[in-house]
Amino acid sequence: MFNFKKKEAQPSREKKQPKEKGNKLEIFDFSGDTAISVRDVDLYYGNFQALKKISLEIPKHQITAMIGPSGCGKSTLLKTLNRMNDLVEGCRVEGKIIIGGRDIYAKDTDLSALRKNVGMVFQKPNPFPMSVYDNICYAPRTFGIRAKSALDEIVERSLKQAAMWDELKDRLNKSALGLSGGQQQRLCIARALAVQPEIILMDEPTSALDPISTGKIEELCLSLRDKVTIVIVTHNMQQAARIADKTAFFLLGEMVEYGDTEQVFSAPKDKRCEDYITGRFG
Amino acid sequence: MMMRTRLNEELIKLHNMLENMGDMIEQALEGSVAALANEDMDKAREIIRNDRLINRQEKDIESLCFKMILMEQPVAYDLRNVSAAIKMITDMERIGDQAADICDLILHIGKTSVALDYGHISRMAEVTIQMVKKSIEAFIKSDLDLAKKVCATDDEVDELFKSARHDLVELIRHDVNLSEQAIDMLMIAKYFERIGDHATNIGEWVIYAITGEHKDYNPSVSEDEER
Repeated sequence: MFNFKKKEAQPSREKKQPKEKGNKLEIFDFSGDTAISVRDVDLYYGNFQALKKISLEIPKHQITAMIGPSGCGKSTLLKTLNRMNDLVEGCRVEGKIIIGGRDIYAKDTDLSALRKNVGMVFQKPNPFPMSVYDNICYAPRTFGIRAKSALDEIVERSLKQAAMWDELKDRLNKSALGLSGGQQQRLCIARALAVQPEIILMDEPTSALDPISTGKIEELCLSLRDKVTIVIVTHNMQQAARIADKTAFFLLGEMVEYGDTEQVFSAPKDKRCEDYITGRFG
Repeated sequence: MMMRTRLNEELIKLHNMLENMGDMIEQALEGSVAALANEDMDKAREIIRNDRLINRQEKDIESLCFKMILMEQPVAYDLRNVSAAIKMITDMERIGDQAADICDLILHIGKTSVALDYGHISRMAEVTIQMVKKSIEAFIKSDLDLAKKVCATDDEVDELFKSARHDLVELIRHDVNLSEQAIDMLMIAKYFERIGDHATNIGEWVIYAITGEHKDYNPSVSEDEER
């Protein structure tokens, strides 16, 4: 059968000290085994219900794949996890999403603190029109880091984590727009890593890339598992089977099946999930 | 909307080829029993010769399965079907070998002047032939109950083997001059007992193809002792 690399939960990183920013508490405590807990979430775009009573626990330091046909709600759910849906007019979320021990839809949530902990990588690589170096420093600078030495360190660490340091160390001051598509996408991952997030959300990160670049991103995801929790939306079944520890299947706004990837792809419990992954409906 | 036309076609082809291989094995087993009962040496030789056809069929099915994995990348039910087939044909091929081995022994025994009692052995043959037949039928029809029945039948074969062995011990006691034939007969009985085990293995893979769970219904002696 499949020989999936299974991974035990890693011991957590040092517990962060609670920080005060203004009067808002920014405590995100990731010491538990669950990175994200979605509880009874309903989401509406105006009158249209896009997510129906979704509940799932996303384990820490594992890769969770969300699959399903277009319009099933998987990308919508992904966006709720760092409140990207706030930007969509008429979008209403009910239920709770607990990240790092906090309900992220609570009124006092500090969005920039949330997004520092929950980074995102999109379908199309979207480097800023500036140098490689400045792309990576963008977020750290907004968090007040100015010292050149500290920024240099962040750039080197982030690029090394993204396995790009050797490729880019001599091109740090060149425009990021001159990189290939695959490099741009990995740079976006490096940029997300710059603020040391606990979670990275990926929305079809390889759908615009060739197989070699896709392979590099997948390798990167696997190598980052020790440090971050990854939630990936993908239309590529084999990709989910290759890299994900857990897989969730969505259909018409419902989560139909959620389990260990090996189980979902070898013996799915739900007929609709089986029909979808075996390519028997579309 | 139904898709995966080619995969569906190839699954049907796989089922047909398995059915075909099942028929070949049944014929070999039935032929070996007939050769034994009628002391028909020509029949025995024919079965030994035809074993290579069973081996070739195994290779053809194996190639089809590998091709399906490569070209169609099956998952879930489809993957279980293809992987179960790869495992099943190994046992089926072994059953074919054992039918040929039985025929080797028939040639060795040769024509005897005394009438040997084949009662329990021919009953073993009947039961194991049915097991092989039903296990493949269970695969084609995705019939879980039938597959489980096949696995359960193995106990009956084991009991028949004990009775056959007892018969042969009695035969040797009765006439020491028949001991060589009796030992050959005992080996034939043992082959049928092993064929029952292989049929059980096939049944287990059919259960896996249907449920996704593989369980050993035929634990080896050492595992029995451990318990």
